[in-house]
Amino acid sequence: MGAWLLRRVALIGPTLLLVSLLIFAMQQLLPGDPALALAGENQDPAVIAHIRQTYHLDRPIPVRYALWLEGVLRGDLGQSIRIQRPVADLIAEKLPVTAELAGLALLVALVIGVPAGVIAAVKQGSVIDHSVTLAALCGLSVPNFWLGMLLILLFSVELGILPASGYVSPGESITRNLTTLIMPAIVLGTAFAAGIMRHTRSAMLQVLSADYIRLARAKGLGEARVVLRHALHNALIPVVTVVALNFGALLSGAVLTEQVFTIPGFGKLLVDAVFNRDYAVVQGVTMCSALAYLLLNLGADIAYLALNPRLRP
Amino acid sequence: MKTVLLAALLVVSSALAGASAQTLRIGLGEDPDLLDPTLARSRVGRIVFAALCDKLVDIDRDLAIVPQLATEWIWADDNKALIMKLRRGVTFQDGEKFDAAAVKFNIERHLNLPGSNRKAEINAVQSVEIVDDQTVKFVLSRPFAPLLAALSDRAGMMVSPKAAGDGTFASHPVCSGPYKFVERVAQDRIVLARFSDYWNKDAVHVDRIVFLPIPDSTVRLANLQSGSLDLIERVDPTNVNTVKKDARLRFADTSSLAYTGITINLNNGPKSKNPLGQDPRVRQALELSIDRAALNQVVFDGMFEPGNQWISPDNPYHIKSMPIPSRDVAKAKQLLAAANAPRPVVSLMVPNSPEMMRAAEVIQAMAAEAGFDIRIEATEFATSLDRGAKGDFEAYLIGWSGRTDPDGNIYNFAACEAPPALNAARYCSPEIDRELAAARATDNRAERLAHYEKVAERVLADRPIIYLWHPKWLYAMSRQVAGFSPYPDGLIRPQGLRVE
Repeated sequence: MGAWLLRRVALIGPTLLLVSLLIFAMQQLLPGDPALALAGENQDPAVIAHIRQTYHLDRPIPVRYALWLEGVLRGDLGQSIRIQRPVADLIAEKLPVTAELAGLALLVALVIGVPAGVIAAVKQGSVIDHSVTLAALCGLSVPNFWLGMLLILLFSVELGILPASGYVSPGESITRNLTTLIMPAIVLGTAFAAGIMRHTRSAMLQVLSADYIRLARAKGLGEARVVLRHALHNALIPVVTVVALNFGALLSGAVLTEQVFTIPGFGKLLVDAVFNRDYAVVQGVTMCSALAYLLLNLGADIAYLALNPRLRP
Repeated sequence: MKTVLLAALLVVSSALAGASAQTLRIGLGEDPDLLDPTLARSRVGRIVFAALCDKLVDIDRDLAIVPQLATEWIWADDNKALIMKLRRGVTFQDGEKFDAAAVKFNIERHLNLPGSNRKAEINAVQSVEIVDDQTVKFVLSRPFAPLLAALSDRAGMMVSPKAAGDGTFASHPVCSGPYKFVERVAQDRIVLARFSDYWNKDAVHVDRIVFLPIPDSTVRLANLQSGSLDLIERVDPTNVNTVKKDARLRFADTSSLAYTGITINLNNGPKSKNPLGQDPRVRQALELSIDRAALNQVVFDGMFEPGNQWISPDNPYHIKSMPIPSRDVAKAKQLLAAANAPRPVVSLMVPNSPEMMRAAEVIQAMAAEAGFDIRIEATEFATSLDRGAKGDFEAYLIGWSGRTDPDGNIYNFAACEAPPALNAARYCSPEIDRELAAARATDNRAERLAHYEKVAERVLADRPIIYLWHPKWLYAMSRQVAGFSPYPDGLIRPQGLRVE
């Protein structure tokens, strides 16, 4: 187990290197000249030349990559061209915001998805099962931005009980922090809840038809005890893995949600950087996302092994 | 007794209300870039600067130059020098004194700081001489009338020389405006607080201003409606009726200095070699096929202003003798037939914002009636800029935010030496260059107008750009906001603003 873990951790470095190469290469495929995009309206040739020189845009691509990599190895992710702040500072500022949003969205997803999946499985083929499945389908199909706009119109404009957008840090006010994040968390969590519900339902159906469940029922155990203690415990093993693996999808889903609710998080930082061709920020943010993804995958594998000892190496 | 108590309560509560800090929350269309007037690039940043940094001169609502940090000025040496008298008793927000030395420092910083975005605006300035503590003389290499207008914008903003030297200026800007910098959280907010030693402090009534960038216009409006904002800029024209119907809100608008038009590739690489780029009759036909008033009505609910010149019809430099041509499909067809191009295929590059796409679709439908086959190429904005500069387009629907002096709306788009990224059509005519240079050389409005008339005669016939409409600045605010005046430059001047 220890050796396996060490091997997995050791693989993170080369994977990140490969990812960084890929991201760097893909950035070069983006159409548009970053110097023009960053030079502002005046498009002064002197300013354009200055941007090219300062940010090495006039150097060959491999040299630029080497310079960037050298910086990363020194712990310097570079500087945002647009607002001239270190990329590391921007990431440190934005990452907790998105992590909090993703965490809350996950909570929403679990609170809705797991019970709905269990009920749908237990009542298989009934009206309840069909209704829950239909709701899940709706949850998966409704676009984030549309649901976001509807919630804003209802809770902010009509009822006036929640702020339409923005973010307040928990350090400033925990109540205001939650009021700013509740709608985005619902929007982001709903689609995820639908996926969790479907996985829980199918895992539960499989478990409920197992011999040991029949045995439990034959022993005269109550239905609630059978479902919650015996079936759900085992059904959750694949669900936990799916949740952990898809947590990364929450981070990418946050890109759109943060745009709609104007939350100054990781996703918004990335979108703005892509549109402004702020390459250092794009590179730093995507590298950080890749690292998060790798760690989440590792966490998922560890959780899977912890829950299912038969698979331990 | 009850009445006396009630009256006392009222007095106390109104006193408390007066004593409580007033905050004005302004919703911006984008997050500004660097908060350094020398390096700043974005238009929206100018709104923040309007509260943070005073300028040497300002404009009034009719675009006349009025005093701000300079109280009077005079042109000298055949318009090759500008002498300015400076306001006394002005201090920067760090307590430093504003004087002639500070002006010299700032102008030299604009001219010499690497990456300065102001250099091109004032590069006619050769040197700044300190005449005395309160008088400066700008010595120019050539007569340059647009200098005053440039000094009414970021080039005229004065920053504290002491603060400018510490290398972190853009993170903690220090100027001499009515509000001082408190904090900035990128993409979230910029907070300013009233500067107690402001020279015109009686005109400043709000204690704090918080700027919140909210790019989506619908979300911006929703925030205003829900009370999370007090004032928003750039209301979507299709939302104006919603604002007007809402009893809690007030609407304000004004003409802008901006325009939007179709830039046509006349001489910028192989993509100019087609009937549209080579034959003026085809370009005239395209213009005649477009009904600007209908376009404005359909796309912008009639909220913008149709136009056919680089400045709007209510600008003092608008050439009245050249009105907007009416739509004439029959004549357009005749012109296409004469040009032996009865059904020209035109690729129209359009930045992929919903507003521009709607406009392009209307243009496509209108031009089709004359015989044009317009193929819309929706292109991400930064990519379109690059393609424009490289000549990778036939026609390009693009706007310009506008400048106070008409020179700023035409020179860089029609002069032979204009930046390649702006004169994407690669239009070049020695005759136009002469007239543009002559218009720069005099500060007499009638003389300048005469030169611009000659420019218009030629440019409107050659059509490197078919000007279509002038956006208006559209604002919405809570009824609690009073004293707001919209200006053609789109800035929100905090002087006189109150939250009641």
